[in-house]
Amino acid sequence: MIHVENLTKYYNDFCAVDKINFDIKKGEILGLLGPNGAGKTTTLRMLTGYFMPTSGTIRVKDYMIDENLLEIKKLIGYLPESAPLYHNMLVYDYLDYVAELRGLDKDKKISRIRQLFELCGLDDIMHRSINELSKGLKQRVGLAHAMMYDPDILILDEPTSGLDPNQIAEIREIIREIGEEKTVILSTHILSEVEATCDRVVIINKGKIIADDLMENLKQSESQKHFIHLDFLNTEFQSVRDRLNEIEGVVNVERVNEEPNGPLGVRLTCKSALDLRETIYQTIKQTSWVLIEFHKETKTLETIFRELTKED
Amino acid sequence: MQQVIRICNKELKDYFISPIAYIVISIFLLVTGWFFFATFFYYNQADLRNFFDLLPITFSFFIPAVTMRLFSEELNVGSYEMLLTLPVTFNDILVGKFLAGVFFVAAALVPTLAYPICVAFMGQLDWGTVAGGYMGALLLGSAYTAVGLFASSLTRNQIIAFIVSMAICFTLTLIDKMLFFFPRPMLGVIGYIGADFHFKNIAKGIIDSRDILYFLSIIFIGLYGTHLAMEGKN
Repeated sequence: MIHVENLTKYYNDFCAVDKINFDIKKGEILGLLGPNGAGKTTTLRMLTGYFMPTSGTIRVKDYMIDENLLEIKKLIGYLPESAPLYHNMLVYDYLDYVAELRGLDKDKKISRIRQLFELCGLDDIMHRSINELSKGLKQRVGLAHAMMYDPDILILDEPTSGLDPNQIAEIREIIREIGEEKTVILSTHILSEVEATCDRVVIINKGKIIADDLMENLKQSESQKHFIHLDFLNTEFQSVRDRLNEIEGVVNVERVNEEPNGPLGVRLTCKSALDLRETIYQTIKQTSWVLIEFHKETKTLETIFRELTKED
Repeated sequence: MQQVIRICNKELKDYFISPIAYIVISIFLLVTGWFFFATFFYYNQADLRNFFDLLPITFSFFIPAVTMRLFSEELNVGSYEMLLTLPVTFNDILVGKFLAGVFFVAAALVPTLAYPICVAFMGQLDWGTVAGGYMGALLLGSAYTAVGLFASSLTRNQIIAFIVSMAICFTLTLIDKMLFFFPRPMLGVIGYIGADFHFKNIAKGIIDSRDILYFLSIIFIGLYGTHLAMEGKN
């Protein structure tokens, strides 16, 4: 669907995006992840034709961005960061204008606007001026703007920034709904958002792609170890360590909490291939320790993200 | 072309839905009406010379106030990003906005038709010069609109856009009255740059292709400058 090759963007001397390559397949929800100033927005702006790349190529379907920009624009619905709408227009008038620029004819226009009002929950506010709207409502109008033509590709730049938890959940719901048929690219620095909505993640830092994989692969593959977390009551760390260290496959036993009166938290580092939970359970059963918590720690996207974007 | 019309329509709607249009047009009519009729009866002549003589100066104030928001506001709010990522080209936007400005100037000139009608009741009015005057006014207005559009594309601050375009329009209006500051060999060229000189020719009823060409070049330079300024931003 979208093919990006050696895409580079310089602002004067500053290199915002440095030779990135990726492909996006039809029907994928791609999360573009990165710390602030990593080049997410710049990348999206180049994909939508707002910025011209310094070098490199973007191909959308069969169109090249420097030759058929207008055709590409017709395929893409774009919601820029914080939905900058004309603030002196009414919601209905604004969407009507967008529909006209999108080239919808009169009958189609009205039915499409009605459809979008329902999908984005705008029925109550269609006759209000945009500058009276709260941020969340504006974001929804922006979403309606992006989906006006029923575009094949939807590009959303930080679609949930600045919204309250209920609104975030609503917007995510809408994105997932759209993502069943369309290709969606969304950028964010909120990790849980990517975990909740995306199929695939591209992490960029300082203009370079440092990870590009499916969600599940990224969570599993990262390292050769995994962790098991245990909490005990009224138990000595010393004896726990000695006993558990004897189990084959346990690489390290460490104490994780230091509060004197709280439960004793222990983290076992295990070799990857083995699932030691049964052995550990059998071992603990033979002792008199009081076990109150026992779980395997899966690597969250957060830890992966931090490891990858950490400053050296 | 359709996109141009749609954008132009939207900009015109913006003017006339908000109070901007009515305030600006009222002030324009008040100023021109006052200066025209205040001295009209002293001269005791049934023509509109007085009105057209002052038009370049009033336009230098009035048109920057109309055009200052065209790009600055979009840049400031960020809506330009949403507009440009819709299936329109930059030239659609540019021409649409320019035409909206020109129509607005034309709309402000329509009520001034009351002046020649009044004058025609009082004496023998030469309608030929009046027609020439209005044509010149429209050309002058379009040229200043292009200049205003250029100034508006330079900055996201509307006040700066207003002042820059006013400065350029004033220079164009007054430069042929400042000729004594310039060295002798340049006089011809600089005299030719002045908008006032070309406008007066047309307002006298003399339609010369050189004058028309002059205004068309100013429009072209203004629009091309806007194109360059906005392209530099992306």
